[in-house]
Amino acid sequence: MSDSYYDPKDLRNFGKITEWQKELGEKFFDWYGAVFAEGALSAREKSLIALAVAHSESCPYCIDAYSKDALQRGISKEEMMEAVHVAGAIKSGATMVHSVQMMNKVNKLSM
Amino acid sequence: MAVKSLLARKDDLAITANQLKKLNSEPFSNGELESFRKKLEKQGLFPLKPTGLDVFQVNVGYMCNQVCSHCHVDAGPDRKEIMTTETMQLCIDVLKESGAKTLDLTGGAPEMNPNFRWFVEEASKVGVEDFIVRSNLTIIRANKKYYDLPDFFKKHNIHVISSLPHYKRGKTDQQRGDGVFDKSIKALQTLNDVGYGMPNSDLKLDLVYNPSGAFLPGDQAALEKDFKEALKEDFDIDFHSLFAITNLPVSRFLEYLVASGNYEDYMYSLVDAYNPVAAEGVMCRNTISVSWDGYLFDCDFNQMLALPVNAKGKHLKDFNLEDLKERDITISQHCFGCTAGAGSSCQGTVV
Repeated sequence: MSDSYYDPKDLRNFGKITEWQKELGEKFFDWYGAVFAEGALSAREKSLIALAVAHSESCPYCIDAYSKDALQRGISKEEMMEAVHVAGAIKSGATMVHSVQMMNKVNKLSM
Repeated sequence: MAVKSLLARKDDLAITANQLKKLNSEPFSNGELESFRKKLEKQGLFPLKPTGLDVFQVNVGYMCNQVCSHCHVDAGPDRKEIMTTETMQLCIDVLKESGAKTLDLTGGAPEMNPNFRWFVEEASKVGVEDFIVRSNLTIIRANKKYYDLPDFFKKHNIHVISSLPHYKRGKTDQQRGDGVFDKSIKALQTLNDVGYGMPNSDLKLDLVYNPSGAFLPGDQAALEKDFKEALKEDFDIDFHSLFAITNLPVSRFLEYLVASGNYEDYMYSLVDAYNPVAAEGVMCRNTISVSWDGYLFDCDFNQMLALPVNAKGKHLKDFNLEDLKERDITISQHCFGCTAGAGSSCQGTVV
């Protein structure tokens, strides 16, 4: 076992979660595969969404996996970075929009 | 990009035994990953046997005008291995005897062999169904003496297969060297000018895509669509098919994987993506690869690893078709490169 909480090699063992709960694990991976298949959104678009969400979720495994996935799909560095900016904008926006609540509270408490 | 071949740099991995040692060490030697042999055994494919002989692939020499960082041949301007006309004549004799449908010339840059044009003229008289020359494109623009190559190819109805790692300048030059992209574009335009790659043209022009790094190629059809749209829109270039080829952990690509700390992850990616259906259709089952000095191999990769055919006749002089059809194909862990995902061969995906 690694001495740190995140070991890049752990990603290789993701599939093994099924060993402790076969039925739910298999359902999860079947669903996961279906989510990323070509649909109303292209697999390419889904890959970019996944890359952006990987960042907002601060998931190092997901960042590794979807950076590689983007390269395999021929997605450019500019497209990847723009996707992460979208995630960043929503994260920041979510922080900033709460300031309206702060303003409301301060205004209510103030004479 | 590497400036010299591994051989010129006296790199440890220029010695093929060291490459094989690396390929058979961890994560295979400690059982973390199953060996290629084990995978074949599980589906009853071991020992791997030929299905016939359709493709006669000839490597006319390792000399090249480029020193690509992923090259499994370790080709470059400093490589002096060049096929002689005597060996070329042996190839033609054996080609006639073999009944192969496809003749596939590769290198290095095959056009740099001084006997290349003689060989093409003589070999085209054999009348194979598909006569391929693998051209790196930049050679066509490297020197005035090569400017007429598109016309020469056309005269002999050559099927041109050319490497272009990406439709963007940055990704191409990163793998193949500065200026390669612009020269390749110009070369493609001159091929189009004589009719190569045009819609409905019989002059076949296909492109080869291989990833610029430690990752596997994506979906071939999706990549072909992206390449076609971008090359048409930006440069008015037409071509027929795109072949997505996986980089095999051999020679300079192996050296890159080790030096960049990607080797283990890459082998995991290949093994995870093992596709039993692709394994059934691997190209070594219907191919013979000939080296510049006339020796016989199961494929160009085995040639670069100095793993000759497992048959009595290992040289063109001792060619025996029946004996070769009965041989066990030599395998090692590099073979996972041909069985990952949709599979990989010199003609793109297998599945």
